[in-house]
Amino acid sequence: MRAERRAALMPYVTAGYPSPAACRDALRLAERAGADFLEVGVPFSDPLADGPTIQRSTQAALDQGMTVAGVLDLVREARLDVPVVIMTYLNPVLAFGVERFVAAAQAAGASGLLLTDLPAGADPALERRAAAGGLALIRLIAPTTPDSRLAEAVRGATGFIYLISRLGVTGVREQVPPDLERQVARVKAATPLPVAIGFGIGSAAQAAAAARVADGVIVGSALVEALGNGGLASAERLLAELVTAVRSAAEQRS
Amino acid sequence: MRRAEAGAVTVTTDLGRFGPYGGRYVPETLMAALDELARVYEAATADPAFAAELEALLKDYVGRPTPLSDVPRLSAQVGAGVRVVLKREDLNHTGAHKINNTLGQALLARRMGKRRIIAETGAGQHGVATATVCARFGLDCVVYMGEEDMRRQRLNVYRMELMGARVVPVSSGTRTLKDATNEALRDWVTNVTTTHYIIGSVVGPDPFPRIVRDFQAVIGREAREQVLQRFGRLPRTVVACVGGGSNALGIFTAFLGDREVELVGVEAAGEGLEGRHAASLARGRPGVFHGSLSYLLQDEDGQVQPAHSVSAGLDYPGVGPEHAYLKDAGRVLYEAVTDRQALDAFAGLSRLEGILPALESAHAVAWVLAHPGRWSAGDVVLINLSGRGDKDVALVADLTGVRT
Repeated sequence: MRAERRAALMPYVTAGYPSPAACRDALRLAERAGADFLEVGVPFSDPLADGPTIQRSTQAALDQGMTVAGVLDLVREARLDVPVVIMTYLNPVLAFGVERFVAAAQAAGASGLLLTDLPAGADPALERRAAAGGLALIRLIAPTTPDSRLAEAVRGATGFIYLISRLGVTGVREQVPPDLERQVARVKAATPLPVAIGFGIGSAAQAAAAARVADGVIVGSALVEALGNGGLASAERLLAELVTAVRSAAEQRS
Repeated sequence: MRRAEAGAVTVTTDLGRFGPYGGRYVPETLMAALDELARVYEAATADPAFAAELEALLKDYVGRPTPLSDVPRLSAQVGAGVRVVLKREDLNHTGAHKINNTLGQALLARRMGKRRIIAETGAGQHGVATATVCARFGLDCVVYMGEEDMRRQRLNVYRMELMGARVVPVSSGTRTLKDATNEALRDWVTNVTTTHYIIGSVVGPDPFPRIVRDFQAVIGREAREQVLQRFGRLPRTVVACVGGGSNALGIFTAFLGDREVELVGVEAAGEGLEGRHAASLARGRPGVFHGSLSYLLQDEDGQVQPAHSVSAGLDYPGVGPEHAYLKDAGRVLYEAVTDRQALDAFAGLSRLEGILPALESAHAVAWVLAHPGRWSAGDVVLINLSGRGDKDVALVADLTGVRT
């Protein structure tokens, strides 16, 4: 994503939402529309970092019988060329078996893993096991992460850094935080890895603002909402707007 | 680690582990706040002024020490010459042990300069205890409570509101304690720089399990001294109910080193262990939930299973990580009793002794009543009566077909 000097667009979908087939179609659609990476959420019964939109989507997916194995099948069947990051909470991965999950995710075509409730350093042995299989273990950095911890958290990180743009749970907000550029600079001072921004980015204008300062832009709740309310047609419109916004932002980058 | 050693039963390392259990499995956003809380707690425990203030409040505001009550008519049903005694946490201000913890944590919040307090509640006892200390210290208070629990515990909702707290109904998931905890954590992730989360049990990410245990340990320190004074010997058995497990660790901790004292934690078997229940230790397996690794009711796929108990305070699919450790170490025996047994014990203790226990505490009483002949004459059986049953009267009347 650096060669073109533009930010990468990483749409997020909850696996199995609004239905397994529609979700698979949405992944393909997102790739065709110009997504650079895709994030696929494994539904968990107690998503404590997620706002109402993603909570509803994960519950709906579980109600339709989505399982961890089902998510991996879905990723495999989507046959995507762009890299896929699996995003979830720790417990479904523990229940599946960490090594078994990493191997199965790679076999299904995933290249990264993001565990919302496994912060850097919280369980070094488990982190080593999760990172040993060759999936990039994506680390999250928050506005509340102190500089001392930031240095420790990015050590040994792979893939990219996921910068949580604001305090709070996932979900669309009115505006991007005014200090976004400073936050990105703070992370970049600590690591050469690309920095992607997520949490609260839903509109084309917000995506453009994020794309001007970061290497990647993650859009989750807005896309999940579009899929839930207007199906693939709504998702396609939103994705087209987001792609245009991220690409036009590149022209304004220094 | 099969046999727990005296004085070394509870191992807390920098990572907040009890053996393999515990830890800090939380969103990155909360890590700094947990570090701060651990630091402030450490400083507070080293400060004699902190202990002095807490002790004065426990004495003059809460009413400690709580009495130890003989229950001769109940004892007679358990065995000739057996002495069952109750540690009367129900006689604390607000009617349960929960205030021991909320007072301590309110003092910590003040040290951190945080003026907004959030809490989760199941039966409402922790919510009431939190609302109470917030009123006492002039702190803003928001309590998350499942809609289902609000229906079961209407009186407690009103008590919280009378003391100035805002009670936020939680309609996601099972609408009980687990979802109220999710919602409180979501609030904390959003407002972490201004807000302290007073978690109500020995659950959650480190340092909460050890902080809550330490604030509740006053129960066992008092009870051990009271039993020794009255009987000149230690109890044969100490019994407490276990949901998250704070009243149990509160009374067990002082006895962990007394290897001749049997410790029994009683979980909620609900409709029976083959049906819907809340017995995480009996029927769960280790998993990560609400920030720590412990026994958890979950399906094959790692999805958390809804718990069931007639008592809202035990209706939780997880359990404190130190209990997981004590189970594996064999130091505490974990058992379970059904809704039916608890309701019978509720009625029994009321009729025999004039004490209405909380439905949670009734589980501990029920386990003792279910084991007549287990003890010999002269044995002292200590039950932690963690709360009073006033809050449950309407529910029990409903369940037993009495019209109120």
